[in-house]
Amino acid sequence: MTPAIARRTVTAALGWLVSAALLCACAQAADDAASTPADDAPSQGAPTADAAGTPPPPDRHQPDQPQPGTSWKEWKERLQDEHDLYAGGFIDIRSGLRTQRDSTQRRMSLAETRLELDVEKEFAGGAILRLRPDFVFDPVTSRGADRFDLEDGHGWLDLREANVALSPTRWMDLKLGRQILTWGTGDLVFLNDLFPKDWNSFLLGRNVEYLKAPSDAVKTSLYSDLANLDVVFTPRFDADRYIDGDRVSFWNAQYGRRTGRHHYVHVDRPDNWFSDSETAWRLSRTIKGYEAALYGYYGFWKSPAGYESFGGKATFPPLSAYGWSVRGPLGKGIANVEMSYYDSRDDRDGDDPLVRNSEFRGLAGYTFELARDLSLGFQYYLEHMTDYGDYRAGLLRGMATAEQNRHVLSTRVTRLAMNQNLTLSLVAFYSPSDDDTYLRPTLSYKITDNWLVEAGANFFVGSRDYTFYGQFEDNSNVYAAMRYSF
Amino acid sequence: MNDLPKIALWAVAALATLTLPVLADGEAPGADKKELTVDEIVHKANLAAYYQGADGRSNVKMTIKDAGGSTREREFTVLRKTVKEGGDQKFFVHFHQPSDVRRMTYLVWKHVGDQDDDRWLYMPALDLVKRIAAGDKRTSFVGSHFLYEDISGRDVNDDTHTLAETTDKHYVLKNVPKDPKAVEFASYTVWIDRTTFLPMKAEYLNDQGKVYRVVEALEVKTIDGFPTVVRSVARDALGGGETVSEFSDIRYNIDLKDDVFEERSLRRPPREARK
Repeated sequence: MTPAIARRTVTAALGWLVSAALLCACAQAADDAASTPADDAPSQGAPTADAAGTPPPPDRHQPDQPQPGTSWKEWKERLQDEHDLYAGGFIDIRSGLRTQRDSTQRRMSLAETRLELDVEKEFAGGAILRLRPDFVFDPVTSRGADRFDLEDGHGWLDLREANVALSPTRWMDLKLGRQILTWGTGDLVFLNDLFPKDWNSFLLGRNVEYLKAPSDAVKTSLYSDLANLDVVFTPRFDADRYIDGDRVSFWNAQYGRRTGRHHYVHVDRPDNWFSDSETAWRLSRTIKGYEAALYGYYGFWKSPAGYESFGGKATFPPLSAYGWSVRGPLGKGIANVEMSYYDSRDDRDGDDPLVRNSEFRGLAGYTFELARDLSLGFQYYLEHMTDYGDYRAGLLRGMATAEQNRHVLSTRVTRLAMNQNLTLSLVAFYSPSDDDTYLRPTLSYKITDNWLVEAGANFFVGSRDYTFYGQFEDNSNVYAAMRYSF
Repeated sequence: MNDLPKIALWAVAALATLTLPVLADGEAPGADKKELTVDEIVHKANLAAYYQGADGRSNVKMTIKDAGGSTREREFTVLRKTVKEGGDQKFFVHFHQPSDVRRMTYLVWKHVGDQDDDRWLYMPALDLVKRIAAGDKRTSFVGSHFLYEDISGRDVNDDTHTLAETTDKHYVLKNVPKDPKAVEFASYTVWIDRTTFLPMKAEYLNDQGKVYRVVEALEVKTIDGFPTVVRSVARDALGGGETVSEFSDIRYNIDLKDDVFEERSLRRPPREARK
């Protein structure tokens, strides 16, 4: 263990101890509050937070006395009632460890404290302004902690949302600015949803909401009896927060092996305003409880899918996509089917080894409730590469070869217990064609309305170093977190 | 995402809450009329409990106390619109508290008969509209002692009803499930107000004949001409613990448009659903 790693480990451990102590104290305070008469409980004893959002140490000596001044909850209500202003947020403390050595990464996979503020102001005309910054303290990353990058989320500030929502007419909504966008029918599988994802957060054990990275875009929604149309225009390409080696090691085709933080990917990202824009649209209609949608996209591959012929930087080649989906009741459950064609515009013949080929993608899923508080879901997902012969012919000697069809089966089991305050869930992905597996067990328990504890793991198993899940084998990790919402 | 099922559950509860408020159309007590049959009482109670007004809205605050005494709170707004009296209805629920579920919304198209309800849940942090599979209606929603079914309405054809007693104030009905394996109770007794036809109390009995669950209206007010339950409780009579629901800002016949109960509202709750 180098001194730097030792120092970070000690820092993280100390952080955890302090957090655990704070957690115990607050949980105790909440218990005290709960033992007071119900009518008085909300303003007494329960952990409160000041306007800056920091929970003060609970005063355990006076659990039954009214607290002087105004509680955070009362403040919130006043802001809401008198100014149409909402203010809230959370503090999330999270640590993760690799369950095996990865010579290219630190042992700690996560050690961060995150303060999210959530502010929303409604104006007289109905416009809603929303700001949701995350302030992050994170000793694990190699990048400078004194800087931040709003595009890739590195650094001490990650702006999740900053937008204005308007309804200029009865049949139109607009949302302008930084926003989280999702559509499509898959469960943790995305076909026609080409909005940016944060794969690092997903694989390392941040809360699942962080799988979605923000877009800087204008979303226009038009409604009619016939169908609804959503158009999202992103004036400058928003890439995924892709696996670049900084946090998660991966199969690096340039080196022909797994690489990590000492070889993270250098990219040439399309970044001109307007000329490197993205447009995504969805035309949707619900007929008798069945939701049908058509989709289109014009932009770029969201994660690196090619290489420069000179210079060796990874690129985001041009991509268009077209697809459809249907979702609705079937038997006792909900079935969904989704298809998409990815048109890799710079390699339509499939013979350019430096650009990813076009693909067909398909998904079929079914979820249902097996028993009270126990639900089950299954999905089958296929990626089919077109022009496979040309792809094979274009490969350089010794390069890892992808299969033409990548099949993935996945299942989700969710169990609620203890008055549904405890959630146990397991998501498992298995690819018979790649012969690799990704297991995602999670446990979360709501101690009170404010306190949540969470633990989970990300396990990757594969027989080859370069397959989709197999490449992450050395990143298998366990994590734990506490969150205080205010 | 793992929170989905439990959120869905409460939302269901939420619906129920607005359905509890009911009406009395100013009809005089049945005393001076011909005797009502059991089926007529059940029918009138069903309409009184779930179909008052063409539409309506209410703010709901639930205080959930577990057997150990710790307390949790839920606050949300419910919109309801009746498609067909005694039949299909639509509900929209917008959560306000606790803060980790704020801005979550829930849409239900309730179908009476064989068709399962259609349900959608919106998770704002992911901008995700999730479709929820039909579930066991005897499921409690998170921490709450209300069940989906005793609030959103149990199909009147699922039980055999007998009039056990007619008191000064109540019709007392005994109800035995036609399919005992589908439910956790052996029977239940309901006290129905003879004036308003509001169910005022329900006691659920287990196989040993012991009362293990009680659902009760604590306060009724007349709002926009409709007698409405503004406070109710569901109690665990054996294990302890209870949930109190309080309704405020109740309004009926507010002319909610059909398009309020569509996907658009999930992402952008209508004005009527704001607190």
